[in-house]
Amino acid sequence: MSGYLSIRNLTVCLKSGAPILRSVSLTVSAGQVHGLVGESGAGKSMIGKAVLGTLPRALHVTSGEIWLDGVNLLSLSQTERRKQIGATAALIPQDPLTALNPSKRIGPQITRRLVDILGWSKTKAQQRALELLDEVHIPNATRVMRSYPHELSGGMRQRILIASAFAAEPKLIIADEPTTALDVTVQKQILRLIAEMQQRHDTALLFVTHDLGVVSKVCDTLSVLYAGKVVEDAQMNRFFMRPIHPYSAALLAATPTYTDPTGSLTPVPEHVIEYVEKEVAEHDVRAAR
Amino acid sequence: MTVLRNILIRLLTTAVTLFGVAVIVFVVIRVVPGNPIAMMLPPGATDADIAQLQAQYGFDKSIFQQFIIWLGGVMQGDFGQSISLRQPVANLVLGRLPATLELSIMALVMAMLMGGAMALLGTRYRDSKTEAAVDVSAGMALSIPDFLWGLVLILLFGVLWPVFHISGRISPSLNIDFSTNFYLFESLIRLRFDVWADLVAHMFMPALALAIPLAAIIAQLLKQSLKETMHLDYVTLARTKGYGENHVITREALPNAILPTLTLVGVQFTFLIGGTVIIERLFSYEGLGNMAIDAVINRDLPLIQGIVILFALLFTVVNLVVDMLYVVLNPRLRHA
Repeated sequence: MSGYLSIRNLTVCLKSGAPILRSVSLTVSAGQVHGLVGESGAGKSMIGKAVLGTLPRALHVTSGEIWLDGVNLLSLSQTERRKQIGATAALIPQDPLTALNPSKRIGPQITRRLVDILGWSKTKAQQRALELLDEVHIPNATRVMRSYPHELSGGMRQRILIASAFAAEPKLIIADEPTTALDVTVQKQILRLIAEMQQRHDTALLFVTHDLGVVSKVCDTLSVLYAGKVVEDAQMNRFFMRPIHPYSAALLAATPTYTDPTGSLTPVPEHVIEYVEKEVAEHDVRAAR
Repeated sequence: MTVLRNILIRLLTTAVTLFGVAVIVFVVIRVVPGNPIAMMLPPGATDADIAQLQAQYGFDKSIFQQFIIWLGGVMQGDFGQSISLRQPVANLVLGRLPATLELSIMALVMAMLMGGAMALLGTRYRDSKTEAAVDVSAGMALSIPDFLWGLVLILLFGVLWPVFHISGRISPSLNIDFSTNFYLFESLIRLRFDVWADLVAHMFMPALALAIPLAAIIAQLLKQSLKETMHLDYVTLARTKGYGENHVITREALPNAILPTLTLVGVQFTFLIGGTVIIERLFSYEGLGNMAIDAVINRDLPLIQGIVILFALLFTVVNLVVDMLYVVLNPRLRHA
């Protein structure tokens, strides 16, 4: 089994049978950053949710395997799976404003799981939280630990969530559009921080985003998703120089650049959409057989 | 500074409210037909007798004059004499208050336990038959008023399977010398558990009758806000940390979901206190409500006034407590 996280032919469907993910396969190697790009509704967040076991109730995995740290998550019982995920993986959520519990102080939100799930002592967890807050460049860590979420800014909260994600030294982190809800100025800092933390802790990172610019800065490999189907899997350098799939090429061409701010926005051309839709339809026919 | 201001405003509005209530009650019970004096005299009393008694209780003066005299007394803590019981109203009313308070609080606790349990159950097994069962039983509990529940309970636990007492507050044989009227509380601190058990056996059915409709409201509202909270990001994040469903519901969702329910419980609790009037009558429970009905039947104007003012004061205090609790439980309303 190559890769720390390895998804094989994962198909996720609505209860009605409509596919949301169409036999998705992807691999994230230990210590590597894998980008997952696609337009809204392509199902990129659903991949993260399927791995973490937080799919909405209306969705369910119909086939495939999700190997995490050498264990197929889908072969485990729900409780075992939850424990395995809690011990090996972590999520950096999209919206820092809603991802912290408003009625709890910051400190316990970082330390409680270390004590509850991993059985650490309270002082050790406390010590660890202070170190992490320092690592994510939060000044006055002791005071922040005693604060409630509403007393902190969005950027600050995202730093806390990043610190919290790294708390249990997970080997895989799934970042679900971690900068989308932030100010453009803060976005850059947070992006740099995630990259910095990933390198320091040598974590595998699955980076879900719709922003190819972001991908180019942090990722080693990437998958392009369209309508729940991986249309291209590539090394970063090769992808930006020579995208193979026409949809990838169109997506690259559609990325606005700072060098030409006057240029109008390029949409993905009609014929490319038709091409990729046809591919998806053919896939469904094959899958039905 | 702002805290002090808020408290002052609160006290002022409370005073105005109570004054308004006093005026309305005072006028209304004097305008409606029925004469308290006529109730006191044997048939065949002369007009002179009536006039003499009228003058003795001050009913010969105008309503406005009567009100001023009464208000002057109230300012000094004198709520007048009960006509039917011939004792000071303040003593009578304060003597009965603990019984009603104990009953209402017991009902409230029962309602919160039952409603909370149903809400948690419905959330834990949401979108299943269990949740449907919670919804159906809450709907049923809510569509039957408390006094009917009282009758149902009497039938069940008083007649068919007589495990609880159906009338009174305490068995006469057990009447130890209480030094307060908070029997339930006092028997506990004096470690008289036999007396305590007897009191509970008397209070259980009236309290349950009062609690059932409130429990249903709590179950519905709390379940609704719990289910909404379960979709929020911090709950999802807690799941990825390895926490199971039970922990996620009780530790992550509940502290936030309980806030809207709390406000509602405050309002509903005042309705519950209002409900004690009929329930106490039904179970011959010697509380304020039972006394209120007697006072109305006997046209005991001073007593009615005293009871109504006390109820009004009770409602304001409940609202105040709820507001304070809300601030304590919701960190976003706390100032540094």
